[in-house]
Amino acid sequence: MGGFYVAVVTRGFRRYSTYRVATVAGVFTNCVFGLIISYSYLALWDQRPHLGGYSEGQALTYVWLGQALLTPMALMGGGCEDELMERIRSGDIAVDLYRPADLQGWWLAQDLGRMGFQLLGRGVLPVLCGALVFDVALPSTPVTWLLFAVSVGLGGLVSFALRFLVGLSAFWLLDGSGVSQATMLTGLFFSGMLLPLTVFPGALGELARALPWASMLQVPADVLLGRHHGTGAVLALCGQAGWAVALLGAGRLLQTAAARRVVVQGG
Amino acid sequence: MWVRSTMAYRTSFFLTALGNFVATGLDFATIVMMFSHIHRLGGFSLPEVAFLYGACSTSFGIADLVMGSMDRLGRRVRDGTLDTLLLRPVPVIAQVAADRFALRRVGRLTQGVLVLGWALLRVDVHWTVVNVLMVPMMLLSGGVIFSAVYVAGGAFQFWAQDASEVQNSVTYGGNTMLQYPPGIFARDLVRGVTFVVPLAFVNWLPALHVLGEPDPLGLPGWLAFASPAVAVVCCALAATAWRVGLRTYRSTGS
Repeated sequence: MGGFYVAVVTRGFRRYSTYRVATVAGVFTNCVFGLIISYSYLALWDQRPHLGGYSEGQALTYVWLGQALLTPMALMGGGCEDELMERIRSGDIAVDLYRPADLQGWWLAQDLGRMGFQLLGRGVLPVLCGALVFDVALPSTPVTWLLFAVSVGLGGLVSFALRFLVGLSAFWLLDGSGVSQATMLTGLFFSGMLLPLTVFPGALGELARALPWASMLQVPADVLLGRHHGTGAVLALCGQAGWAVALLGAGRLLQTAAARRVVVQGG
Repeated sequence: MWVRSTMAYRTSFFLTALGNFVATGLDFATIVMMFSHIHRLGGFSLPEVAFLYGACSTSFGIADLVMGSMDRLGRRVRDGTLDTLLLRPVPVIAQVAADRFALRRVGRLTQGVLVLGWALLRVDVHWTVVNVLMVPMMLLSGGVIFSAVYVAGGAFQFWAQDASEVQNSVTYGGNTMLQYPPGIFARDLVRGVTFVVPLAFVNWLPALHVLGEPDPLGLPGWLAFASPAVAVVCCALAATAWRVGLRTYRSTGS
């Protein structure tokens, strides 16, 4: 059974790696946005050095990490959820439920494949581009990089779990475009994509840092920037893991409830 | 027709338009949040940045409403459905522009107009006749320049098919860049959006004149009035690119 899901992961990876021109175009766009945001942050940090606890170099690193994680974490949508919704709307989902593969496991495997490709294809180059143009603050200790890798993985699980819930909502709503849009909005804002969550003022900041979206960019970035040490880092990862387990569990429950709703039209 | 089709689901329409409004508003919320930590960004106060923001969002909103469907062209070239459009007795460009015409995009436009209105009330400007006339001129020329970029981007997709994201970097990226004072960017970047893709004429140059701020490149002052001329040139170039692109179009083989 494990081999089956590995196969789905590899197919997901290969499926996205087919569109090479689109990937290059995407990297280009990430770099352009990275440049623009970097300059606006530089102006901001020039006025307020150490804003949100970041040095200038850390703030710039944060910008490029954001560009690198934007697509893998599907912060603007574009992962499996649209396809899942379309299959629910058209009724193809009945066939999927009939298959001897678990629905959530299947889509998770596919999404992990996508994420893996996009981390390599669209994640590495923007960071390199940022490092070439600006003085970024990348860590030199392998332990930090290892913790970062785990944190990105956990963030990916949280991201998938949320989007799977969004996808399943189509069982009740049929037209999922409103939910997709709402998720995109909250995702962009509360992941820290627009501005680091540590810069958010007061209670809004506390709320933002407690929500699951923080796992997708803010937490991995803080781990890489070395803002969490020792037990702090372990706690941060546990927080992410907690969200992943809770949301994947919710997805499982909702999936069971949804499967009971499916009415297969005969013909 | 697309308007009527979206109006069939009235609630859904209002919700998505509202979503569009909020989505584009988050950009401005970010700027306001930045200003909760500082008083001036690149030498500009919040109302001045809001003036830049409102002006480019409005221009971009106009272009997005009219030509925003252009990025669907790549898909149509790829799957061959562009052929259907070629067979109809209406100019292809009009059809592509009207393709899934999304009235919900008024959300972006409304938000831009609101921020601009707030900025106009708060910004400290000596309102001479020239300055007053400058605002509508800026918005219209800006809308036309952005539309020309959309058309040129569409033409580019006849060759590049999969590369609609490159277009986004100019349209959405340019829009984001123009929201900030030009002084904060590297000179070469400012030169790029002045002379290569002339986005600086959308709002930077006219707005700097209205606000009485110096231009970081030290360009001659009359360029602030050049936006309409730049808009016309952009349209001519975009139209040429579009015609060449359409002529090289070969339908998919499979």
